[in-house]
Amino acid sequence: MEAYELLVRPRIGELLRNTIGLTVATMASTAALGVTLGWVVERTDVRGARWLHALLVAPLAVPAFVNSYAWISLNPSVVGFWGSWLVITLSYYPLVYLPVVATLRGLDPALEETAWALGHSRLRSFATVVLPQLRPALLGGVLLVGLHLLAEFGALQLLRFPTFTTAIYDQYGSTYNGSAAPMLASVLVLLCLLLLVGELRLRGQRRFARLGGGVARRSEPVRLGPLRWPATLATVVLVALAVGVPAYSLLHWLRVGSSTEFPLDEIGAAVASTVALAAAGAVAATLCALPVAWLAVRVRGRWATLVERSSYVANALPGIVVGLALVTVSLRVVPPLYQTAGLLVLAYVILFLPRATVSVRAGLEQAPVLLDDVAASLGHSRLAVLRRVTLPLIAPSLGAGAALVFLAVSTELTATLMLSPIGTSTLATEFWSASSDMRYGAAAPYALLLVLISIPATLLLIRERRHES
Amino acid sequence: MHSRSPQRLAATLASLALTAGLLAGCSDEPDLVVYNAQHQELLEEIVPIFEEETGLDVELRNGKDLELANQLVAEGDGSPADVFLTENSPAMSIVDNADLFAPVSDAAKAPIPEQYVPSSGNWTGFIARSTVVMYNTDQAKAADMPASILDFAKPEWKGRISFSPTGADFQAIVSAVLELEGEEATRTWLAGLKANGVELQNNLVVLKSVNSGEVEAGIAYHYYWYRDQAEAGENSDSSALHFFGDQDPGAFLSVSGAGVLKSSKNQDDAQKFVEFLTGPQGQKAMAESYALEYPLNPEASLPAEVKPFDELEPPTVDVASLNGPAVVDLMTEAGLL
Repeated sequence: MEAYELLVRPRIGELLRNTIGLTVATMASTAALGVTLGWVVERTDVRGARWLHALLVAPLAVPAFVNSYAWISLNPSVVGFWGSWLVITLSYYPLVYLPVVATLRGLDPALEETAWALGHSRLRSFATVVLPQLRPALLGGVLLVGLHLLAEFGALQLLRFPTFTTAIYDQYGSTYNGSAAPMLASVLVLLCLLLLVGELRLRGQRRFARLGGGVARRSEPVRLGPLRWPATLATVVLVALAVGVPAYSLLHWLRVGSSTEFPLDEIGAAVASTVALAAAGAVAATLCALPVAWLAVRVRGRWATLVERSSYVANALPGIVVGLALVTVSLRVVPPLYQTAGLLVLAYVILFLPRATVSVRAGLEQAPVLLDDVAASLGHSRLAVLRRVTLPLIAPSLGAGAALVFLAVSTELTATLMLSPIGTSTLATEFWSASSDMRYGAAAPYALLLVLISIPATLLLIRERRHES
Repeated sequence: MHSRSPQRLAATLASLALTAGLLAGCSDEPDLVVYNAQHQELLEEIVPIFEEETGLDVELRNGKDLELANQLVAEGDGSPADVFLTENSPAMSIVDNADLFAPVSDAAKAPIPEQYVPSSGNWTGFIARSTVVMYNTDQAKAADMPASILDFAKPEWKGRISFSPTGADFQAIVSAVLELEGEEATRTWLAGLKANGVELQNNLVVLKSVNSGEVEAGIAYHYYWYRDQAEAGENSDSSALHFFGDQDPGAFLSVSGAGVLKSSKNQDDAQKFVEFLTGPQGQKAMAESYALEYPLNPEASLPAEVKPFDELEPPTVDVASLNGPAVVDLMTEAGLL
C-alpha cells in the first residue's frame, strides 16, 4: 500500500485520538495530583507527613504493566480509556510529585509572606507566587510523563487501549517487511517533538534562584484546621489505590492462582540476568549521559541543546523499533556482536539515555564552575579537576540517573526479547509470557520480584531528592 | 556537603560492569538454537525428552509467529537459529519465501499426511488446531450458530460476536477464507466483522468474554476451551463449542510448522530435532501434554473428551498458499490492523 494511504486511514485517526487524548488527560491529572499532594505533604500540618511521603513515592517501584495486571486481574472491567487513565495516572504521578516536593522544600517563604502582607489571599498568593516558581519542576515532571506514555507498551496492551506504540507492535507482529510500522513510528516521533518543543517554550528563560544572603527558612506549615483529617484521609485513599491494590493483587494471586509455582532455578536465573543487565545498562547510560549533560550545561548554545534534545526522540520510540533497527545494523556491521549482552546494553543506552541525562544535568547545573576554575588555578590538571572536584559534586545526581535507568531496564520487554543472548530470560519477559497467557498465578512471583529489586533504586531516588533540598 | 568519594563510586561501577561481563561470558554455546513461536510451555515439556534421548543441548528463543519470522528475515544468513517452529503456517511461508529454509528430511515428513506438508517440501506441519465458535449457553443454543463462519458478517450479528484480529491466529483463519472464497468475499466478510465484532486482545480474552456473557459468541481455536475445562472450567463452564465442519472455511485447520534454517551449521542435529517432533515419540508426548492440539502423525491421538481428528471435516487448503502480506493488506484496509 502507498505510504500516503497508510497514513490517511480511519485507523490512524483512531490511534491519534487515543494517543493524544490519553497523553493530555494523564499529563493533566498527574500535574494536578503531583502539585496537590506535594503541597499537602510539604506545606501543611497533615498527619504523618513523613510516612505519607515515603508511601507516595512507592509506586515508582511498581512497573506500570505490573500495576495494570494487578487491576485488570482483580477487575476485568478496568480497560479502555478510563481504565488506562486511572492506572497510568496512579503509576506515573510520582514523576511529577517528586520534583514538586523538592522545589517546595527549597522555596524561600519570604516571597509568599510578602504577598500575604500585600493583602492577597492564600489561594491567590499560591497561584501568583508559588506556582510560577514550581514551573520548571512541574513542566519537567509532566514532560517525563508524556514521553513515558508515548512509549508505554505493556500496560496499555494489557488494558486493551490501542495507541501508536501498541499498534506499531501489532504491525511488526503481522506484517512482512511492511511500511505501516515505520509510518506509525514517524507519527510517534512527531508527537514526541511536539512535547519537547512545547516544554522548551513553556519553560521560558526566567530564573528562580533566590538572590538574598543566608539560607532560606523552612516555611511555617499551613494549618488545615477542620480539613486536616479529610486531607489525611484523601491522601491515604490515594496511597491505597496506588500501592495497596498492586500489593493486595500480587499476594492474592500468589495464594489462589492455580498456576502459581516457584520454579526456583528459573526464577533465580531471571533475577540474576535482570539485575546484571539493569546494572550494566544503568552504568553505561550514566557514563554516556555525562558528556551530553556537560555540553548542555557548560557549553550551551543551539548545538548543545540539539544534541541533548535529540536523545529524547529514541526515548519515545517503542523498544521494538530500536530493536529491529539494531538487528539489521549489527548484523551488517559487527555480526559477532549480535545477540550478545553488549549489543543489548547498547540498545538500553539508546532507549534510556535521557533518563540519566535529566538527572546528571540537574546536578551539573548546581555545581558551580567557579570551583573547577579555582582547582585549575591551584595547578590541577583537567582530569584531576574532574576527578577531585566535579565528579564528587555531582555523584548524587549520577546515582539518581543510574537508578532511573535501572528501573527502566528491569521492566523493558521488546528489545530484550529480540536482542538478548539466546536462553536469557528476565523477570519482565517471564512475567509477560505468563500474564499474556492469563496465567496470573504464574506471573505473580515474577511481578513480586520485579517490585523487590526496584526498591533499592527507588530508595536512592528518595534520598537524592532530600540532598537537593 | 554530603559527598560520596569518587573512588567508591568507581569501585561500584567497576564491580557492576564485571557482573555484566560475567553474565555475557558464562553462557555456553548450545548444540541447537530453536526460534520457538509455538506455546513456550509445550516446548518446555517436549525439549527435555529430546535432550534426554540424544544428549544434545537445546536452547529456545521464544516469541510470536510473525515477530520471529520478521526477525529471521532481518537476520538472513547471519541467524543463530537452527530450527524455526510456529503456531500457524503463514509465518513459515514468510521465511520460506525469503529462501531461508533447507528442505526437511524425508524421515521428518514421512509420518505426516501430505496435505500438511507444503509443496516446496521445505518445512512440515507437526500439530494442528481447529477453528471453532464458542457460544454462551445461557444466551444461545447450538442451533442458533450459523452454518458458515462467513455468516458472522451479516447485520443480525452486530455486537454479538468477539474475536482477536491482531496476532497470527486470526490471520491464519483470514488466510483460509481468502484461499477458499477469494478476495472480494474476504473483503466483504472482514468489513462485516469489523462492523459487528468486539475486537479483543487475544483468544483467552475471547473465551472470557463469551463465558461472562459480554458477547454471545467468539471465534477462536478449539484447545483454548478444552484446556480451560481441563484446568478448572472457570472461564468456559457457561459456554460450549460449535464446530462448523462440512469443509466450511470456519472448519479450517491451522497447522504449526517446523523447519530447518539453511544457515544452520548443525544441519544433522537440526533435522534430527524435526524428525523427533513428527515421529511417534514426540507426537505421543505432545498428545499427552496439556496442549490438547491435534497431533498430525496418525499414530498419536488426543484424549477421548476432545472431538476426534477424523470427525473434523476441514476444507482442503494448501498450507503453502496461505498468504501473509495479502491478508495483512486486506485486514489493514478493513481497519482491523
